[in-house]
Amino acid sequence: MATVKLRDVKKSYGSVEVIKGVDIDINDGEFVVFVGPSGCGKSTLLRMIAGLEDITSGTLEIDGQVVNDLEPKNRGIAMVFQTYAIFPHMTVRENVAFGLTINKASNEEKEKKVAEAARVLQMEHLLDRRPSELSGGQRQRVAIGRAIVRDPKVFLFDEPLSNLDAALRMDMRMEIGKLHNSLAASMIYVTHDQVEAMTLADKIVVLKDGRVMQIGSPMELYHEPANLFVAGFLGAPSMNFIPVTVEAVEGENIAISSPSLDRISVPGKGRSFTVGQTATLGVRPQYIRPASGDSGMLHGKVALTERLGSETVVDVTLASGGTLIVALPEDKVLAEGTETSFDFDPAQAHLFPETP
Amino acid sequence: MASKLTRSNRAGWIMAFPGIALMTLFIIVPFFLAFAFSLTNQRLASPNAVEYVGFENYSDLLGLAVFTLEPERDESGAVVRDEDGEIEYPRLRNFTRNNPDYPNLAGKREWFSWASGENRTVVLSSDVVFMKALVNTFTFVIFVAPIQAGLALCLALLINQKLRGINVFRTVYFMPVVVSIVVVSILWRFIYSPGDGLLNNALGWLTFGAFTPQDWLGNTSTALPAIMAMSIWQGVGFHMVIWLAGLQNISPTLYEAGNIEGANKWQTFRYITWPGLRNTAVLILIVITMQAFALFAQIDVMTSGGPLDSTQVLVFQAVERGYGKQDISGGSTISVILFVIVLTISLIQRYLTRER
Ligand SMILES: Nc1ncnc2c1ncn2[C@@H]1O[C@H](COP(=O)(O)OP(=O)(O)OP(=O)(O)O)[C@@H](O)[C@H]1O
Ligand SMILES: [Mg+2]
Repeated sequence: MATVKLRDVKKSYGSVEVIKGVDIDINDGEFVVFVGPSGCGKSTLLRMIAGLEDITSGTLEIDGQVVNDLEPKNRGIAMVFQTYAIFPHMTVRENVAFGLTINKASNEEKEKKVAEAARVLQMEHLLDRRPSELSGGQRQRVAIGRAIVRDPKVFLFDEPLSNLDAALRMDMRMEIGKLHNSLAASMIYVTHDQVEAMTLADKIVVLKDGRVMQIGSPMELYHEPANLFVAGFLGAPSMNFIPVTVEAVEGENIAISSPSLDRISVPGKGRSFTVGQTATLGVRPQYIRPASGDSGMLHGKVALTERLGSETVVDVTLASGGTLIVALPEDKVLAEGTETSFDFDPAQAHLFPETP
Repeated sequence: MASKLTRSNRAGWIMAFPGIALMTLFIIVPFFLAFAFSLTNQRLASPNAVEYVGFENYSDLLGLAVFTLEPERDESGAVVRDEDGEIEYPRLRNFTRNNPDYPNLAGKREWFSWASGENRTVVLSSDVVFMKALVNTFTFVIFVAPIQAGLALCLALLINQKLRGINVFRTVYFMPVVVSIVVVSILWRFIYSPGDGLLNNALGWLTFGAFTPQDWLGNTSTALPAIMAMSIWQGVGFHMVIWLAGLQNISPTLYEAGNIEGANKWQTFRYITWPGLRNTAVLILIVITMQAFALFAQIDVMTSGGPLDSTQVLVFQAVERGYGKQDISGGSTISVILFVIVLTISLIQRYLTRER
């Protein structure tokens, strides 16, 4: 258990800066997830915390101590890799006990700690097998076991589940969640799967091009995205963005319209707008409902209906061009080609001054 | 479908034909011919008809006998000694030549002997030169294989680093492999040449003239070691490259995992590198052993088996007999014996290093 503090952390490879000044605070026992598109620097940041990459500038504190120049083994961390990184020539038992072997622990201690880790991960029956005789999920369990045995202050996971198939991923996701609850250690988890991020995290850090876009609880990020990038990144299907023109600024509320949207007033949420500027209106597909006849505020034509059973996803071509995705909670068919209008609660909409 | 298969098969066979034909002509046929010749008294050019002689060639080469000589005694039964006080023994040739009492010694000559009390135990061989070649070949293999493999591994570990200009070193170490062994042998003859040779000069310079120049290749005790040293130097680059390929096959995340667990350099080698090189090690062991048994060019160019047969080896003997003495059956017999030795050793190595 420990706090982790990053202050203006930067990383350059030669002249290329890949982490461009990151500040993150991780509290004791918190589960923090780094998400972001491929190549945004998630792994690099995690590896800097682990000590596998040098920190070009800035400071990294673990448990109140600056660890920039400490060897990985002295940082009190354990890491689980996407490719498991378990030793193919050792049995599961030897793999899990590896750190103890290296540090010349007694056999009793090894025995005890391995048994404890195996119990937590329910893999007692696998201890004498070799990695080649294990499934992907079991291998990842071994890797997690090796991390547990180190008794680290901070667990680091780099996309631990992305080599597993969908069903197994869900199981392991829950296991990792349970593990976090039972160990109460701080964990940093890198993923680009937003379901993992939303379900596991106490706090999500959204990264893009080596910068932090927003930090907050999953629901905060979902309901109050700080910018267009975060708004579009979280949620499935992703948020609809409709280009609009600002018609009037009425205190907290902003009046907007577009060729396919009737004039409405939406909350400005403290962002400043000027009359006549173009802006982007973001509405999640789940908050849009068909209106009767032409009474709705959004106008378009149904292009495609996808029935998923639990919900229906409707593709709408807006009157001004562009598409609108509508997710309906019931099984419903909207005939293709019908002119329809849609309604939504303006309080649920987000207005961003930038354009995508 | 069937017709397509046959057609593509025919194309395949046509393409494989030149290779198969050459291999058959130069490897498979000579192999069986050698075995057949070894059972006859075939000579390179001889007016006499070829006769089947059974395993006579083998017994001529491999025949061994142990014989104990008792000292000469005078009438009183006392041991006769010469002026230097050495015990006098009856002459060995009294027993080996035309002595019907000792048919098993007929035609044999002394290989080596040792004193046991007053008696002298003599090991006799039908073909002393062959025996010397056999022993020298094994000596060569026993020294060259491990030293060459070990040195090559050390070089590969040094070379397998990300340093500026590391390719220069790779090239330098690999260079001797590219140069023909005959050229290398001639060059090393200059290095080893007595009196003014490069090695004598260098050693003299290093010891401020205290070193007495040696005739490296003309001295029975230094000739074989000298050839071993240059053979190791010549072949080490090749095996370095094979080790290097093995090293680069080990996943870098395994090293990162080891680093996080706090493995030091030796532990990293012991637990990650060496187990990861297992298959490479088996390959290198077998290849080096086979190459060492095939030692020929160095001997041919540098010593022709001398001085006093101290650098005789099996392949050189096979060629020497087959072509030098026109004794094709004798040469063939040596080849077959060498084949059996190498095959046996390879099989033993395969068995000992099998996957458990
Ligand atoms: N050793 C390196 N040398 C130069 N550039 C590198 C190096 N390692 C990573 N990068 C660059 O740093 C950036 C961030 O890489 P990183 O691996 O952290 O991305 P990521 O967010 O983990 O992506 P992914 O989701 O694909 O794993 C990338 O643009 C990558 O090209
Ligand atoms: Mg990554």
